[in-house]
Amino acid sequence: MNAVRSWIRSLLLVELFQGLGLTGKLFFARKVTIRYPEEKTPKSPRYRGLHAQRRYANGEERCIACKLCEAVCPALAITIDSEQREDGTRRTTRYDIDLFKCIYCGFCEEACPVDAIVETGITEFHFEKRGEQIMTKEKLLAIGDRYEAQIAAERAADAPYR
Amino acid sequence: MSELLTQLHAFWSALTTYWVSLPFGWQLTLKSLAGIVAIMLPLILTVAYLTLAERRIIGFMQVRMGPNRVGPWGLLQPFADVLKLVFKEVILPTNANRFLFIIAPVISISTAFAAWAVVPFSNGVLLSNANAGLLYILALTSFGVYGIILSGWASNSKYAFLGAMRSAAQMVSYEIAMGFALVGVLMASQSLNLNDIVLAQNGGFSHWFWLPLLPLFVIYFVSGVAETNRAPFDVAEGESEIVAGFHVEYSGTAFAAFFLAEYANMILISALAATLFWGGWLSPVQGWHFLEGTSLAFLMHTSFIWFAVKTCVFLYAFLWFRATFPRYRYDQIMRLGWKVFIPITILWLVLEGAAIVLKIPPWFA
Repeated sequence: MNAVRSWIRSLLLVELFQGLGLTGKLFFARKVTIRYPEEKTPKSPRYRGLHAQRRYANGEERCIACKLCEAVCPALAITIDSEQREDGTRRTTRYDIDLFKCIYCGFCEEACPVDAIVETGITEFHFEKRGEQIMTKEKLLAIGDRYEAQIAAERAADAPYR
Repeated sequence: MSELLTQLHAFWSALTTYWVSLPFGWQLTLKSLAGIVAIMLPLILTVAYLTLAERRIIGFMQVRMGPNRVGPWGLLQPFADVLKLVFKEVILPTNANRFLFIIAPVISISTAFAAWAVVPFSNGVLLSNANAGLLYILALTSFGVYGIILSGWASNSKYAFLGAMRSAAQMVSYEIAMGFALVGVLMASQSLNLNDIVLAQNGGFSHWFWLPLLPLFVIYFVSGVAETNRAPFDVAEGESEIVAGFHVEYSGTAFAAFFLAEYANMILISALAATLFWGGWLSPVQGWHFLEGTSLAFLMHTSFIWFAVKTCVFLYAFLWFRATFPRYRYDQIMRLGWKVFIPITILWLVLEGAAIVLKIPPWFA
């Protein structure tokens, strides 16, 4: 009896029509596609994207060349040289991050005692020439200056969970 | 303005006198050429937009958008694809049989287009009102498999050869079931002429052959999907097993020719399903007299539009199948063709023959 029933079921293409019904229904379903340049996926304030160096409100750079980030960096992407400034404080003369080596783990950000090196939520960046992937101190500070409002807002949003 | 009109009129009268002065053979050739162009151009345009429709519809069924960037709603996408393919190099593999390699896509595409000569678009509107139209279609669709076999053989590639072998065996198997299904149609219509077959279905939705020949219609359409090597019968391409099957070595325009042939065949199978089983250009509401005098009366007219609508429905079914069903295993394809389709068609032919002899109403009276 069961054999006859399954024979009739397969002859009447019951299961095939069920499958067609499913795809036919999905044809009218709301599409999950995000039209990228116009629409973007929501991003966490903890997102680890392009690096930046921050300054204090008075314009003084935060980095004190403690080299903790250089020490903690698992990919050895950070290179720092430092000197003593005329006012007796220690500052970097060279602060390079090789973005090809960087694995965007965020350890540098975690290690930094003065919140100088941060990873921003910026994801849309590219390089067109060899060597452009080395983020120098000037470039990092420029990014920090330009996106300070965004960086500060991200940090403030994440502060309760730290 | 009137100057221009008189000039145009003079040109027109000169043209007509020239036309009359032509020998009859020339007139016939020119008329046929005009007819071929009138069929080919819309057909190629339909193929172009069928590729877009396929990607959009399957995308929608997979809950995504499909191509929508080139032009409004992606409407210029086919032209971008064509430009890309045309500008690519046609690579001839070393040790490939040059002549067969080049002739194979030509065979594919020419048979796919030539079959359109006998398809009736509206009453009497067809390039060649051949009495053996159905036979001609069967012959040409069978001939199309040579393009695939030759391309697989000439490519000097194992994948291409495997694809060609699979495709050959599959097409030969399904040709039989398809032929039997068509025998059912010609028994019911008493004609091989496609125009006459449509006229034999005159009388509205329930008079069309799909109802008395329902199993044959299903088998015809499924065999048609198999004949055109479309999913779920696309083992000849089988991109997950044998890369792209028979056309793995083809690139550029030669690949575009295979692509064009496949889609032209899809449209042909859909058009034939509409013609043979669903009343071609006949209106489904023919004979619904209560519609007369209302604004819906135009629906009762027989016209090309009905033919186009029916063809589009079947084309949508092609894409729907592709979005729904996983690929058949090779032995399952053979089992379905030989052990299911052929016995069912033979059984139904016997039943239909009995119905015709016994004059069972309403279809065979």
